[in-house]
Amino acid sequence: MSTFLQQLINGISLGAIYALIALGYTMVYGILRLINFAHGDVYMVGAFMGYYLAGGIGIRGAQMLMGNPDANVFGRVIAHGLLGGGVLQPSLVTALVIMLLAMAICAALGVIIERLAYRPVRKYSRLTALITAIGVSLLLENGGQVVFGADPKFFPELFKKRNLNLIGGASINTADIAVLVIAFALMVGLQLVVYRTKTGRAMRAVSFNLDSAKLMGINTDRIIAFTFALGSAMAAAAGVLVAIRIPRVDPLMGILVGLKAFVAAVLGGIGNIPGAVLGGLLIGITETMVVGYLSPTYKDAVAFAILILILLFRPSGLLGSTVQEKV
Amino acid sequence: MSRYVRNLIIALVVLAVLYGLNFVFGGRMISPYFSRILMLSGISITLAVSLNLINGFTGQFSIGHAGFMAVGAYSSAYFSVNYGIRLAAALGDGTLGWVVALTVATLIGAACAGLAGLLVGVPSLRLKGDYLAIVTLGFGQIIVVFLNNIEAIGGARGYSGIPIVKSFFWIFLIAILTIVIVYNIVHSAFGRALISIREDELAAEAMGVNTTRYKVMAFVISSALAGAGGVLLAHFDGYLNPKSFEFIKSFEILIMIILGGLGSIVGSVLGAILLTILPEALRGFAQYRMVIYSLLLIVLMITRPQGLLGKTDVFKKWRARLRGKRAGETPIDDSGAVIKKEEV
Amino acid sequence: MKRILLSSIIIASLLTAFACQSGGGGDKVKIGVFMSMTGDTANFGISSTNGIKMAADEVNAAGGINGKQVELDVQDDRSDPSEAATIVTKFVTQDGVNAILGEVASSRSIAAAPIAQNAKIPMLTPSSTNPEVTKKGDYIFRSCFIDPVQGAAIAQFAARTLNAKRAGIMVDRKNDYSTGLEKFISQTFTKLGGQMVVTQSYQAGDQDFNAQITSIKGANPDVIFVPGYYGDVALFAKQARDKGITVPLVGGDGWDAEQLYKIGGAALNGSFFSNHYSPYDLDPQVQKFVTDYKARYNSIPDALAATAYDAARIMFDAIKRANSLDGKAIRDALAATKDFPGVTGKVTFNENRDAVKPIVMIEIKDGGVYAVRERVQVEGAAMPELTASPTSSVSPSTAASPTSSAKPAASATPATAKPASTKPAATPTPKT
Repeated sequence: MSTFLQQLINGISLGAIYALIALGYTMVYGILRLINFAHGDVYMVGAFMGYYLAGGIGIRGAQMLMGNPDANVFGRVIAHGLLGGGVLQPSLVTALVIMLLAMAICAALGVIIERLAYRPVRKYSRLTALITAIGVSLLLENGGQVVFGADPKFFPELFKKRNLNLIGGASINTADIAVLVIAFALMVGLQLVVYRTKTGRAMRAVSFNLDSAKLMGINTDRIIAFTFALGSAMAAAAGVLVAIRIPRVDPLMGILVGLKAFVAAVLGGIGNIPGAVLGGLLIGITETMVVGYLSPTYKDAVAFAILILILLFRPSGLLGSTVQEKV
Repeated sequence: MSRYVRNLIIALVVLAVLYGLNFVFGGRMISPYFSRILMLSGISITLAVSLNLINGFTGQFSIGHAGFMAVGAYSSAYFSVNYGIRLAAALGDGTLGWVVALTVATLIGAACAGLAGLLVGVPSLRLKGDYLAIVTLGFGQIIVVFLNNIEAIGGARGYSGIPIVKSFFWIFLIAILTIVIVYNIVHSAFGRALISIREDELAAEAMGVNTTRYKVMAFVISSALAGAGGVLLAHFDGYLNPKSFEFIKSFEILIMIILGGLGSIVGSVLGAILLTILPEALRGFAQYRMVIYSLLLIVLMITRPQGLLGKTDVFKKWRARLRGKRAGETPIDDSGAVIKKEEV
Repeated sequence: MKRILLSSIIIASLLTAFACQSGGGGDKVKIGVFMSMTGDTANFGISSTNGIKMAADEVNAAGGINGKQVELDVQDDRSDPSEAATIVTKFVTQDGVNAILGEVASSRSIAAAPIAQNAKIPMLTPSSTNPEVTKKGDYIFRSCFIDPVQGAAIAQFAARTLNAKRAGIMVDRKNDYSTGLEKFISQTFTKLGGQMVVTQSYQAGDQDFNAQITSIKGANPDVIFVPGYYGDVALFAKQARDKGITVPLVGGDGWDAEQLYKIGGAALNGSFFSNHYSPYDLDPQVQKFVTDYKARYNSIPDALAATAYDAARIMFDAIKRANSLDGKAIRDALAATKDFPGVTGKVTFNENRDAVKPIVMIEIKDGGVYAVRERVQVEGAAMPELTASPTSSVSPSTAASPTSSAKPAASATPATAKPASTKPAATPTPKT
């Protein structure tokens, strides 16, 4: 029983991360019908931004940028980061500050990608856009290996972790709790933005019908850019949260996680926000249970097999609405 | 002159030309490096043209092609290692023996891949668009997981000891056969049914086209041809590794056909050659090579969103020109259908 | 028509771009190096290339090989076997290299080896451990130990030195190196009377091992083998300690990197791995290498950099002794290499063209010091006999004193037995 409880906790923590990334896939898909394959790599960039914000780019890097890095506070932060430069002390607030900054940077990155790569091909076929997305994904991965270096990096500890014992012998890490709380807070926040704000209403309008939304006077370009910003910020948050739990970042970390998050989004019904969360949790828990009770070797196979089975019985995902075919 | 005699003569001429080229490109007359790239392009052509049948002409979004290629590669490799070598030896270990052994290996590879295509296609082709895409991707990944775990074919350590056959003749024979098969399908009643599915599935159904049956058939043929491409790859370096068949490989083939022009056979051929050569041509950029490769990909998609050739039917235009007729003003694709501005 | 013309022009210009590369001159020794500089094992390819570049610069600064300067042609294979074969084809036919160094991963070496063999150009791989590699022909060499040897050494260390009876193993199922080691570790450990109680797996790139750890913990092993790459191992160690697993972890040379300790930290204290060398070895040659490498690349050289550095110098040495750039002459000189003093130990090639050299078992100590715990000299392919040697004769009560004076008093490891086949470490090593 305690093992089962433990595996369930493991699964939920993993699933929350998948869910956060899946949200970005689902939002962009909902609006543009575009599978944004670069999304998993934005998650990677988010994790690296957290890494540099916390630990800096090193003295050599700072020297290249600005000469003597130890001359002022600004230089020290560039060289040693917010933590290493002594600006912030390890605490939950530090983690939040770094996460928010990484989210802001990645939101900007998302907007830039949309503006430079996706907007020019938006009027063409969806497959053109898809290949462009694959191109952007390759660019971020290969560029990441050049800019960040190919070797995995150690993500500094943003706050002290402790193990809390639960009833029944299972235990949960404080980092897991923080990740879960922050992740679900972000999801609720996103839900509020989409359903309770004017911009959110515009987003939904665009996702129903882009052309009609334009006729209604909605600045669709702005809404699409905003969607990318929001999705990329979520991915960056996931990147930093993962790095808090699992302190290793490398330029290819987004490929597998991105793929699984995409699967989660489809599973929940792509384009559907609660669906993405449900799909993420389901994939996370399934994976953990398969590893724990069946064969870890066939983990991916089982995860995909379940996905395929579910899609065969509910062809548009768990929460996706069945679109009536029109003649 | 009857049609059959004419076709037979064309086939013989093609064979003779291939055989002649085999001496130029397969031998020592040009650099083996150059001929290696050429042969790799040939394998890519087989893969791209076969994927085009399902993605370009039938309009079904499949991204699990590398999985079928893997089935063909591994099944034929298993045959060659365990029986093919003996079969060739029994027939004298000469050209004849290897022609027979390889033909059997190719048929086995294509059949196994076709069977895998059937198993995947029957349940999943009820799905549409991105859902179909994710299911095919899933099947591709499942195949790789299995390859990693079957000890008889090397598992994650890879399968080595496969007889190496680097034959320009054989590779391009399969590539040309693939092109001929796909071309003939597209220009038959079967092909028109496929294209009607692509253009409007509901309308096709209303016209009495058994869409599920046609989709599955196209999928099986496409998979079998991909399997044949896998056979070529297996015997090219004599070594297979499951890592070569990850989803990124499927993406690569997808990029070839979209870059070349979805629904254009010549486009697929050009896309396959271009994408095979590109990484080699960029060698001079050292560690920035793949960065430039991905940048070029994005720029190409932005500047030529319909692919290099769009849906233009080059064959048809040439034939029209030969008969002294100008092709119509409207762009036509390989099926003769007028291209609509909007697709998918 | 215009579009066909356009695409044809693009393709034609690309063709000329790569067809017009010229061959090498006669007054230089041209060495082709193919490595994974991008893709999923890029970090290993880059480390290895660093080692090779340093060796080449050293030999050039000292006047070259028999007066000829060494020219490296380093090419990236995107971590892809087929592309590795393409590069080696280019090396032997287009660029006219005299010898080839590469690859890190066995899969790429296996794909490329037949081409070097056909062209009769000697190829030396610094770190491909799959036995299959050198079976591709008599021009293919390797300057590291092979999987069975390393796997046996690891299992033997756990069974005898750590006196473990119940072992768990965590293997990277998608990785040929990891699955290869797993096979030989399990075999040897079982032969030595141990029991494999739990096998769990992951895939490179996985970040969350909690599910596997929960299962391993349930099986209650004395030792856990983790034959994987350092990035995953470090995460596994951290998560395992978080979940309350305290038994030592034991792994192979894939562990070796500065980052292992940076990521894993104190979670790794008291764990062991087999390796080619330790950067903390007090041997002057090793120390010079480490100092030079640090000055040049600003990081501690990992095992891959060290083996690649050695491989390059072994190749240079062979070319020097051959006193010719002929492939056959270099091959013969290479095969005759005996007791080459590398930083990773004395290297001699056996009849399978695999290096025979000592394996060091390294203990990870507080602060990330990799202390040499034991040196195991194994006779290349003769290893299976060694593993079959009687085990009951070595019992904890009759055991000799700890093998290395480097062992700190505070060490919590249950090491009491001294394996018959091991020699005491030559140099006490801790340097904190």
